Amino acid sequence: MATLFQGVGAVTPFSASSSLDSNKLLLPSRKSLSISDSRGSIFVYRSDALNLKAATRKQDLLIPNAVATKGETSTSAKSGHELLLFEALHEGLEEEMERDPRVCVMGEDVGHYGGSYKVTKGLAEKYGDLRVLDTPIAENSFTGMGIGAAMTGLRPIVEGMNMGFLLLAFNQISNNCGMLHYTSGGQFTIPIVIRGPGGVGRQLGAEHSQRLESYFQSIPGIQMVACSTPYNAKGLMKAAIRSENPVILFEHVLLYNLKERIPDEEYVLSLEEAEMVRPGEHITILTYSRMRYHVMQAAKTLVNKGYDPEVIDIRSLKPFDLYTIGCSVKKTHRVLIVEECMRTGGIGASLTAAITENFHDYLDAPIVCLSSQDVPTPYAGTLEEWTVVQPAQIVSAVEQLCQ
Amino acid sequence: MALSRIASSSHASNLLKPLSTALSIRRLISSDSTVPLTIETSLPFISHKCDAPPRAVDTSASELFSFFRDMATMRRMEIAADSLYKAKLIRGFCHLYDGQEAVAIGMEAAITKKDAIITAYRDHCTFIGRGGTLLEVFGELMGRICGGSKGKGGSMHFYRKQTNFFGGHGIVGAQIPLGCGLAFAQRYSKEENVTFTLYGDGAANQGQLFEALNMAALWDLPAILVCENNHYGMGTAEWRAAKNPAYYKRGDYVPGLKVDGMDVLAVKQACKFAKENALKNGPLILEMDTYRYHGHSMSDPGSTYRTRDEISGVRQERDPIERVRKLLLAHDIASEKELKDIEKQVRKDVDDAIAKAKECPMPDPSELFTNVYVKGLGVESFGADRKEVRATLP
Repeated sequence: MATLFQGVGAVTPFSASSSLDSNKLLLPSRKSLSISDSRGSIFVYRSDALNLKAATRKQDLLIPNAVATKGETSTSAKSGHELLLFEALHEGLEEEMERDPRVCVMGEDVGHYGGSYKVTKGLAEKYGDLRVLDTPIAENSFTGMGIGAAMTGLRPIVEGMNMGFLLLAFNQISNNCGMLHYTSGGQFTIPIVIRGPGGVGRQLGAEHSQRLESYFQSIPGIQMVACSTPYNAKGLMKAAIRSENPVILFEHVLLYNLKERIPDEEYVLSLEEAEMVRPGEHITILTYSRMRYHVMQAAKTLVNKGYDPEVIDIRSLKPFDLYTIGCSVKKTHRVLIVEECMRTGGIGASLTAAITENFHDYLDAPIVCLSSQDVPTPYAGTLEEWTVVQPAQIVSAVEQLCQ
Repeated sequence: MALSRIASSSHASNLLKPLSTALSIRRLISSDSTVPLTIETSLPFISHKCDAPPRAVDTSASELFSFFRDMATMRRMEIAADSLYKAKLIRGFCHLYDGQEAVAIGMEAAITKKDAIITAYRDHCTFIGRGGTLLEVFGELMGRICGGSKGKGGSMHFYRKQTNFFGGHGIVGAQIPLGCGLAFAQRYSKEENVTFTLYGDGAANQGQLFEALNMAALWDLPAILVCENNHYGMGTAEWRAAKNPAYYKRGDYVPGLKVDGMDVLAVKQACKFAKENALKNGPLILEMDTYRYHGHSMSDPGSTYRTRDEISGVRQERDPIERVRKLLLAHDIASEKELKDIEKQVRKDVDDAIAKAKECPMPDPSELFTNVYVKGLGVESFGADRKEVRATLP
């Protein structure tokens, strides 16, 4: 049954200021358009075509709502509380520390300083210096120390001040963190969380703008997740702490000041699920972390031009949520991956391979992957802008794919 | 020689032989006696920023007897592993510990199973010391499912969670920060236990050692770093790799002790001293002066960077098992024949374990995918051909 009505895309323009209201970036769920594609038929869809069933699949006692548009409904508009992303991380962390005395934090400047991004602010005063440990600048050994502590049953959270510094701890993360469960024949579990901000910031220079997802993705035995909104930051933080596997939580330097309203009640998200940001019919755009916002900005332009992109924030970088992605591919038959990782050997490259292998028959066009350039991030602002994917490039890629 | 030093021990009166001649076997002290004996170590301890422990070690006849038996088991096990490797039943890397048994045994005698031990890849004997069985060792070395890590770890990955043995690590030096993490967890949970983190003279030049030492000293973690100095880091002699080969001094602000690692009683005394100290004052470095008869691993003949005379010289003068044998004979705790019988029994035990391990099956192909993650993720994983071996990670 087809219902034709004109959609109203009443959205506020994307502003690149430091404090963003992520709610305004989300397109309202009730909209649809009628357009005719090259084959001449009319595309319509019913509103609220949300994958709620997929989202509730694996949840048992958790609030399952992975759909970001939940904040739009007017009944819940006044419930919950508004906070910034780093505060959401802080809240998640504090709730877990309260709940389980084995949870501890270690990293540089996490204790008395309160965390270089204020994620651990006030925790040292509350829980003591041993539980929120200020380490010397020795990533290799304090990550190793966290892993050793995890072997005995503690649940440490190792904070890298910048993800790039964790390259120094690569040996510990790969050999001891990822592989110990396997090489000990299942005797030891490593319930560690390694987190930190990565990604391209505002002219931070090459060494401080690294995307480590691509380097860590092949390590067997670890899970990787990337948060992008305050809602999923808190949920993923809690899920990562509760997980028995080692989890690497990728945050982004530029997203710490995002503001959103999150529920008051406790919720934990699933580590292996993707988030349906904007359902659509024409093309599936897969993205994560900061690029989600570039994609949503491009989506506005695309909607005005008459396209209907389906945007999925994959969140789980290892393993990929191929179920959600697959359902989407089967619906739209076109895939665009937008990521901040490098072109060579990045998350997009693995995702392209995974989708091609599993859903090749459903694809009408080759998968297009927009990633950062394979260059060290330059300092100059204009050059730095050109290393990451910009909304204009996303729009033209979609137009090209949908011809 | 050992006799003269023993005669100077405080229990000299016990050494007087009884007058009765009716018994055919004159046993002054029976081998299961727990009457305390005090024996002096053959070399003094050398200390750095701390007071050395006394040279007189408290032990007993039964303890000495158990030292002999356990060290003989370890020695026999390593020699058997050598033959199995040459018979190509053990593949890959095999790092043998023969010559260094006194360190493992002496350490065990001074501590409890609640204290944690973590070591590098020369871990077969440490695993046995922590309660591992010969079957688990040979099973793991040959890659069978009866092995300690179900055959998935290999020679360098022995672990035993229930007796706090944390492995078994292949990368040189990477276990040192892990060891500090174990000590951190002990301090966090306020347990009165310590962690012994073993590393070699080769690993003593790693940066992570000093990073971990700094942190352990900063937070007074009960970590004892034990350098098993066998004087060769793989194929390079210590004086060619380290500017300052006095490893017990390299902790600078951390106290250190140099111990004769071929004397099991000295090791026991040092570890006991270290445990008491670490619980009160924080980390400590023990340097065990020891020696390995084999090369670095089975692919290293061990004779290109040292002379055969050196190896046989150490074997004649400082062999740990011979030392204990002489002690047992001198104190009349056991006779030559009894010791030979023990060695025969040990040989038999090892052969039995090998035979049993050989019968054990190899792991099932489905085991390829178990224990990658803890919780089931429903993730698909493939073998190389992407068709035949294909499983959902359990």
